[in-house]
Amino acid sequence: MKDLLTIDQLGASGIDEIMQAADAMAEVCARPVPKVPALKGRTVASMFFEDSTRTRTSFETAARRLSADVLNFSASSSSVNKGESLRDTVETIEAMGVDAIVVRHRSSGAPQQIARWAKASVINGGDGWHAHPTQSLLDVYTIREEGRRFDGLNIAIVGDISHSRVARSNVAAYRALGANVTVVAPPTLLPPHVETLGASVSHDLDAVLADTDVLYLLRMQRERMDQALVPSLGEYHRAFGLTLDRARTLPASSLIMHPGPMNRGVEISPEVIDDPRVRVLNQVTNGVIVRMAVLYLVLSSAAGGSAP
Amino acid sequence: MITIIRNAQIGPDGDKADVRIENGTISAIGDLGEVAGAHELDGSDAVVVPGFVDLRAHLREPGREEAETIATGSRGAALGGFTAVVAMPNTDPAIDSPGAVRDLRALAEGASCEVVAAAALTVGRAGALLTPMGELAAVGVRIFSDADRTVSDTGLMRRIMEYATGLTAVAGGEPIVLSHHCDDVHLSAGAHMHEGEWSTHLGIRGVPREAETIMLARDIALARKTGCRLHVPHVSAAESVAMIAEAKADGLAITADVTVHHLVFTDADCASFDPVFKVTPPFRTEVDRAALEAGVLDGTIDAIVTDHAPHEPHTKEFPFDEAPPGVIGFETALGALLTDTDVSLGRIVEAMSIVPAQIAGIGERHGRPIAVGQPANLAVVDLDHEWSVDGSAMASRSHNTPWHGRVLRGAVRHTIFEGDVVVDGGEAQR
Repeated sequence: MKDLLTIDQLGASGIDEIMQAADAMAEVCARPVPKVPALKGRTVASMFFEDSTRTRTSFETAARRLSADVLNFSASSSSVNKGESLRDTVETIEAMGVDAIVVRHRSSGAPQQIARWAKASVINGGDGWHAHPTQSLLDVYTIREEGRRFDGLNIAIVGDISHSRVARSNVAAYRALGANVTVVAPPTLLPPHVETLGASVSHDLDAVLADTDVLYLLRMQRERMDQALVPSLGEYHRAFGLTLDRARTLPASSLIMHPGPMNRGVEISPEVIDDPRVRVLNQVTNGVIVRMAVLYLVLSSAAGGSAP
Repeated sequence: MITIIRNAQIGPDGDKADVRIENGTISAIGDLGEVAGAHELDGSDAVVVPGFVDLRAHLREPGREEAETIATGSRGAALGGFTAVVAMPNTDPAIDSPGAVRDLRALAEGASCEVVAAAALTVGRAGALLTPMGELAAVGVRIFSDADRTVSDTGLMRRIMEYATGLTAVAGGEPIVLSHHCDDVHLSAGAHMHEGEWSTHLGIRGVPREAETIMLARDIALARKTGCRLHVPHVSAAESVAMIAEAKADGLAITADVTVHHLVFTDADCASFDPVFKVTPPFRTEVDRAALEAGVLDGTIDAIVTDHAPHEPHTKEFPFDEAPPGVIGFETALGALLTDTDVSLGRIVEAMSIVPAQIAGIGERHGRPIAVGQPANLAVVDLDHEWSVDGSAMASRSHNTPWHGRVLRGAVRHTIFEGDVVVDGGEAQR
């Protein structure tokens, strides 16, 4: 595996391979000194064309625990504005000598383009509305850590499916592992032909809650209000937010997950945030573990890596 | 200077003969024997056809000479067998005044093909004020278009159409042609590809077919009311083909064109995120592509165009949603049609020479029969020649061809423009 760009490239066996590696990384992270020399001498560049402190910090922490050097590149303005093409930017970073590039970009497909140009490994840290494979992998790890089997598991993803890379990648990952996925949103927040993603569709959260094993809430972007996709955040919360009443309907054995950061009072009521079924901090912890596994697998497929 | 094309097939269905050209005219056809001092062109295993006419091309000059110039653009056109191209007015400044038309014609002197100026419908293509259409018609403009912009103001579009119907006399007896890009900008805002399964999978905002069909329905209704001569450029949706067929059946004076690339590619080609597959209107589905091809074959779609749209090479290295739309198309048009579609050479001659020449108001010079006394605007094409497309090897200053790396069967061997050999054995002469 030179690059990690999408979940689709992995399939069930590829996901499983990363989960096995992540188990080893979890053991590393549990040590008093959670650091191994596996990627010593390797350089990982984080190229973030879109701000994301959480994802960047998670990747950089993962790289440092494997003893890789981290090179940090931020470019919030567009290539067009700088008069430089995406390729120019990538070639500049590569010329500094990097072994892997973690790319976060506003534009769908940018990591695919970069992977065509770069000799270094490319890891997709989230592109546009397209894909966010490491998020999906950490979510799979979190569900798996609870001892749940994906085969036949009922997972509901609630929120702005249309503009969500997390939704696309998570549907792909859960479906690959045999889970039943339902996406729950008003029609304006569903992309056209959403059924071709492989998920069932519902506009009624209350109707699906009782049969839900994993309730996955997406962040509702406030800018969607400007586009008349929903009338107001209040109306969205009443119809699609996890309220106390809905939390009571949700089975006791269910998990509540969210990619963060959470909008209190929008996708989740403040009084539900501390519900024992919420796994948001586990997701953050597992994010480092899974990204260690991805970095290790991607970089050890090239020569020079040693086992952790 | 006498030029003789030796031993070529005369037209898509004709017999073999030699063609003698002098003083810009075909002077003899037959078994002509040796002519001392004549420039000889090999026509064996090739067909002489009227030079192609492109109803829609972006030559970028004046204003964006780093992407294309009239010299490089017309050279590429000649290499593709075109003897005339209609230059879209989305230059900088826009072609929206008689002075701008004269400047463009001055720039086009010595070009490798005839450059026909289309003028803007609205001043600066801003969609607010009429251009001096009467004065523009008086200096010979026959096609008006705001290029890739839509006149969203329905009241303004009605007035443009009405005004144009009064210009037939000043235009020499043929009605002014209004070529209007159909796009409901409220439906297409922020979109970069066709709205469908692929846009959903790729996470790219899509433009629905209705952005085209709603505006086309408006234009057809207004054309019906005003009696203007409407041309629908670069049709992309299956429903649009049906609407145009229905309007024609109703007796409306409406014509339409499709690009070569919309006859070949679909939205699935965007899956690579390579912005060379980003065009306006977007590639739609196989259902649409097939309907467009059927529309060409049954005559609903009158003309095939390149919509040649050069962009500096680095712009295709932008992310998909930041890259400008458009592909270059002169040099690949014939080969792509012969290789990737069911359109025959006979239909190509109609739809990419005879009919567009008439629509562009140059039918007395281009798209003529291959006969003695006719103007010598000709292409000699080898239907069996296979060649590998290399974007960087083209005459254009830009390389954005979606056929890069593909093998096409069918190539232009010679092009004769106003009696001069502008392409000889596949090599440009100007």
